[in-house]
Amino acid sequence: MSTLKAPTGTSRPTTYREALREGLREALLQDERVFLMGEDVGRYGGCFGVSLGLLEEFGPDRIRDTPLSESGFVGAGIGAALGGMRPVVEIMTVNFSLLALDQILNNAATLLHMSGGQLSVPVVIRMTTGAGRQLGAQHSHSLEGWYAHIPGIRVLAPATVDDARHMLAAALADPDPVLIFEHGGLYNAEGSLDETVDAVDLDTAAVRRSGTDVAVITYGGSLPKALAAAETLAGEGISAEVVDLRTLRPLDDATLMACIARTHRAVIVDEAWRSGSLAAEISSRITEQAFYELDAPVQRVCSAEVPIPYARQLEEAALPQPATIVDAVRRTVS
Amino acid sequence: MSSTTSHHEGKARATARKSGRKKGPATAARGTRGGLPAPGHHLSLLRRMLAIRRFEERCVELYSGAKIRGFVHLCIGEEAVAVGVNQALRETDAVVSTYREHGHALARGVPADAVMAEMYGRATGCSRGRGGSMHLFDAARRFYGGNAIVAGGLPLAAGLALADRMRGSTRVTCCFFGDGAFAEGEFHETANLAALWQLPLLLVCENNLYAMGTSLAREHAQTNLAMRAASYGMPAWTVDGMDVLAVEAAALRATESVRAGNGPHFLEAQTYRFRAHSMYDPDRYRAKSEIEEWKGRDPLKGLAELMSSEGQLDDRVMEELDKEVLAEIDEAVRGAEEAPLEPVSDLLRFVTSEPGSTA
Repeated sequence: MSTLKAPTGTSRPTTYREALREGLREALLQDERVFLMGEDVGRYGGCFGVSLGLLEEFGPDRIRDTPLSESGFVGAGIGAALGGMRPVVEIMTVNFSLLALDQILNNAATLLHMSGGQLSVPVVIRMTTGAGRQLGAQHSHSLEGWYAHIPGIRVLAPATVDDARHMLAAALADPDPVLIFEHGGLYNAEGSLDETVDAVDLDTAAVRRSGTDVAVITYGGSLPKALAAAETLAGEGISAEVVDLRTLRPLDDATLMACIARTHRAVIVDEAWRSGSLAAEISSRITEQAFYELDAPVQRVCSAEVPIPYARQLEEAALPQPATIVDAVRRTVS
Repeated sequence: MSSTTSHHEGKARATARKSGRKKGPATAARGTRGGLPAPGHHLSLLRRMLAIRRFEERCVELYSGAKIRGFVHLCIGEEAVAVGVNQALRETDAVVSTYREHGHALARGVPADAVMAEMYGRATGCSRGRGGSMHLFDAARRFYGGNAIVAGGLPLAAGLALADRMRGSTRVTCCFFGDGAFAEGEFHETANLAALWQLPLLLVCENNLYAMGTSLAREHAQTNLAMRAASYGMPAWTVDGMDVLAVEAAALRATESVRAGNGPHFLEAQTYRFRAHSMYDPDRYRAKSEIEEWKGRDPLKGLAELMSSEGQLDDRVMEELDKEVLAEIDEAVRGAEEAPLEPVSDLLRFVTSEPGSTA
């Protein structure tokens, strides 16, 4: 189990965006089979600026602008992986990825099994997820839980600069398809990159803050909100442990259940809708595996069951916020 | 971008057939091999088409006897496309296929017993019992299925071609699909990508006039498929899909051009399935007379007649050939019947790569 290291002299400030770019650049330098493909990744520098400068360094063959045809270029990425390359495919947002869902589910996730183990698909697909930027419903949803439903793929959600920096290398080392969900609200987030870390483990969740009264289980863009809530709660004498899932499939049951055994209470924070969500899955696993450890019902803080609205006050009200997390924790410890 | 010439008129079709007929040996080498003449080119094509025909006829019997299940889509009547196109491909090339792929798999060289065992869901099947009729795979022969989502294989094929293109390889990726796929966005996305990036891709549309039960005219605003493909800036040819020599000649011409770096090529093979869409299909949407008319253009009969007229084939040779093919299928069925079942304890294998696999 990895824990958030305290800033030391070997850390340096960076942003989530820069950390992602460093990871990409390193992958491109280390393996000539790696190439980046997606809408606006080249001349534009990436819709969110992640690939800015890479075209100049690696050329248009390896920083490959694609037409607006998600199914076509995601499928081509899957085919290129079958053909021995190591493509990193960028889809602008999870909403657009639905146009490529056929390729991701029916091909990437399925070919290994359907072929009796003959065809592995080492493709990495990155995309933005989440709300909070007043982009309206078609650019703001959190559908990573849908992907986490699918056997045959690994689903990652980097929430820290260390994970943003190193998850790509680990994803490329995986012989199977890996989806990386980058929360749009995190790109500008600054963090302290730990220079003693040179690799991350994709199999374990991380305890980002230790605590004894309640486990706040979250991932991605909700992690800073959960940490803020924990800080508020500490002022009230409530000790919250904050767990960052990091990998949404497969889930690290062992770390989760160990947290429940320590804290006996759980609040799950998930920006997706509550119904049929990853939060529902985790709640159910806790009930199945750690029921007798619980001192209170598991609580969930999710988005309101509406398409995410544009107006700031409506959008804010639709999403999990530190205050709503604090309220849920208070309910569970009272 | 190189040539954007379109050859979507009937002229190319006639030329292809003519050059195809010239290409084969005028007379097969004489000699004996188990009562058969030494394998000449035409005889080898005939044998491969016959092997597909008899294999699928056996599938009908086995399906009726509940030995094999699932959706089973037969290509009886379309054998010339599978055999003619594969004749133009090299071992190092890649093939992406559809759910109607028994013929493509067999023509590619996937052993009949591995295909039959797959139909039986056995451990010795080419997909270890996890694919069935619609999902045949053979990585060693670069046969990438077996895709049951209409047009779903097209982007994959573009990706395989992209991998070759990026490494400067002269390999070709051949993608088979039907007229139904032409209505899917994935066909158009793939055609655009392939032409834009000049990928070494041969797109082979098996136009059998029906997308399941919907005729071409009822599914397409413009039924001239080669013309539409040519609009993407790739050479597009139409060929008589009931004439194996014409298909072979056109495919050779196309693959040579793809290999030479001229980007993707499109080949429409006008063909017909003599049987229903699948074993479940009552086939109510086609006139009996239409089916009979096309049966008059049976690709096996056509080649056999040509060979007879050239003194390469007689009834005795045909009987021997049939006997030999049927014996192989008997052997494949016996092998499948006797093969072990894939153990249920292995159900969860191959969802993710086994430990130790690295990318």
